[in-house]
Amino acid sequence: MLRTLLLAASALTLLAVPAAAQNKVKIGFIATMSGPAGAIGKDMEDGFRLGIEHAGGKLGGLEPEVIIGDDQLKPEVGVQLVDKMLNRDKVDMVAGIVFSNVMMAAYKPIVDSKTFLVSTNAGPSPIAGAQCSPYYFSTSWQNDQAHEAMGKYMQDKGYKKAYLMAPNYQAGKDALEGVKRYFKGQVVGEVYTTVNQPDYSAEIAQAAASGADALYVFYPGGMGINFVKQYAQAGLKSKLPLHSAFTVDTTTLPAQGDAALGLLGTAFWTDGLDNPVNKKFVDDFVKKHNRVPSTYAAQSYDGALLINAALTQTKGNLADKDALRAAFKKADFKSVRGNFRFNTNQHPIQNFYLFEVVKRPDGKLGTGFKATVFTDHADAYAKDCPMK
Amino acid sequence: MTLSLFLTQALNGVQFGVMLFLMAAGLTLVFGIMNLVNLAHGSLYMMGAYFLAALVPVTGNFFVAAVLAVAASLALGIVVELIALRTLYRRDHLDQVLCTFGLILFFNEIVRMIWGATALFVQPPPILSGFVQLLPGVIYPVYRLTIMGVGLAVAIFLYWLNGHTRLGMLIRAGASNRAMVGALGVNITLLYTLVFGLGAALAGLAGVMAGPILSVQSGMGDSILILTFVVIVIGGIGSIRGALVASILVGVVDTVGRVFLPLVLGAVFSPATSSKVGPAIASMSIYILMAAILFFRPQGLFPAHR
Repeated sequence: MLRTLLLAASALTLLAVPAAAQNKVKIGFIATMSGPAGAIGKDMEDGFRLGIEHAGGKLGGLEPEVIIGDDQLKPEVGVQLVDKMLNRDKVDMVAGIVFSNVMMAAYKPIVDSKTFLVSTNAGPSPIAGAQCSPYYFSTSWQNDQAHEAMGKYMQDKGYKKAYLMAPNYQAGKDALEGVKRYFKGQVVGEVYTTVNQPDYSAEIAQAAASGADALYVFYPGGMGINFVKQYAQAGLKSKLPLHSAFTVDTTTLPAQGDAALGLLGTAFWTDGLDNPVNKKFVDDFVKKHNRVPSTYAAQSYDGALLINAALTQTKGNLADKDALRAAFKKADFKSVRGNFRFNTNQHPIQNFYLFEVVKRPDGKLGTGFKATVFTDHADAYAKDCPMK
Repeated sequence: MTLSLFLTQALNGVQFGVMLFLMAAGLTLVFGIMNLVNLAHGSLYMMGAYFLAALVPVTGNFFVAAVLAVAASLALGIVVELIALRTLYRRDHLDQVLCTFGLILFFNEIVRMIWGATALFVQPPPILSGFVQLLPGVIYPVYRLTIMGVGLAVAIFLYWLNGHTRLGMLIRAGASNRAMVGALGVNITLLYTLVFGLGAALAGLAGVMAGPILSVQSGMGDSILILTFVVIVIGGIGSIRGALVASILVGVVDTVGRVFLPLVLGAVFSPATSSKVGPAIASMSIYILMAAILFFRPQGLFPAHR
């Protein structure tokens, strides 16, 4: 009797699980929400939520439940969050992740459990290359690409001598490698500063005296705010043109102010990019949050659209992973960046644009489109990825 | 390396040192005189910068906003002392570290709740945003010269306050024997509150001066706090004169290390090696300096008389 009851009960639970899972999709969204880089995580979350809203509040007909996790920019916290989301919350997929070091730690447990991971920012080279996974999709870029684009622009512009600066950590070294992959002129200085160094007056004086005709820096977040203010205050804007990636964007522009006006950067997207999807995204984001969205918000917005497109195609079926993967790979959605398709390593093949910091009609600083540097640019690591 | 570039870099080093002095002066006062390890000094610095960023748009005038921001830092320091730190003077240093570390977390979060996670914008007032030619080829931003001027004025003020006023005498007396000064009828509790307020005001002033050149954001005080501790340990805890000398020493050594070490190494090793080793050694240079000074003078350069 007892046995029969137990059997019946377990049969009922088996029935109950897929029934409950069918109309709901749980997404774990991991990002850095606190500390100095917290603005980035906030922008990503806001972009992601706006993407869901524009998809009609549902993802492929399923009710989305977004579980936010703050990794505090600590890889070990990221791994704990992954563990909690996979085992306790039983999420169907994970999205987000700002920093490459957090991504490298969180990556394996997620893809090993055959849970889909949509990176909406970090793009470390190992994941694009030898360690690629069928469960990983990126709606951002591989880390080197924006730097490569600026190197290409500086080369095309005919600069002869460049002075390069970056923080002394892996992403900084990758950045300058990316620039040098396309800039073939002379590098008269290659300087690595301490991470989170507040004052750059000494390095700026060296750069000014180096005889370089172009300056390239990679200073994300607060470092970029410090650097750009000090660069402008040193009176170099008219003497040594500044080129950068991830250094001036709409998360830092309000604090950089007019010091950043006219500076050039490269990215896969700018808020001034002229296409209907982007216009709707930017206008609604500004209306809702009273600030201009950043690349982080744009990538995450696309992440939500990608998930929606994939789930729409599988008609909300989360169980058939092969079908879902095939649907992800199609990337059947209109991206804010224009053309979007996946390479064999499931990173985007996309354009890279040159932007200039401009005052928008509403008086806020934004990134205006200036030129297309790369068309359908693939990353350099896809050839190391065994997936076909 | 031309002479003018060398002079510019020397000036950069001194200027960075003066910036550190503004921070270190308040910290060494509180640490040396009240025997309180105040990790939240960096938070008071951050609050100074935030007060400035918030007050500039309201008042429309940088200088008025700066004065108000320093006053607000003073008031905040007094409130923090009354609420949180007063009971800690007789406790272990570890208890003080715990409490003031908690204050760091508290302040970092409260600025995010009030002003948001994005960094705030402050720029130097127009009158101070130009350049001056000090020597042929040595052109320097006026604002950075102003920082040096303010730092020097603070040094003179503290020297006068500490050595030539009745308040300074009481502060020094309280430092050597708190109980005895109390027994002589001096309100030592009030005195300590004032000293802590003064330290907070100095931290706030440092934040105000840093606002236009640095990013005003949550956690901005944390990185400079470590350097400030290095400075007061090298200078001798509690000594204003030590703080001044040590700040300039640290500022110059740090700048020289960053600029000249890669050049020197580049002459000896291959460019690949020097670009790898240079930044690593440069970032260690001030700690090597500290280790060397403490080896020969464990009390620091100018130990305060206790």
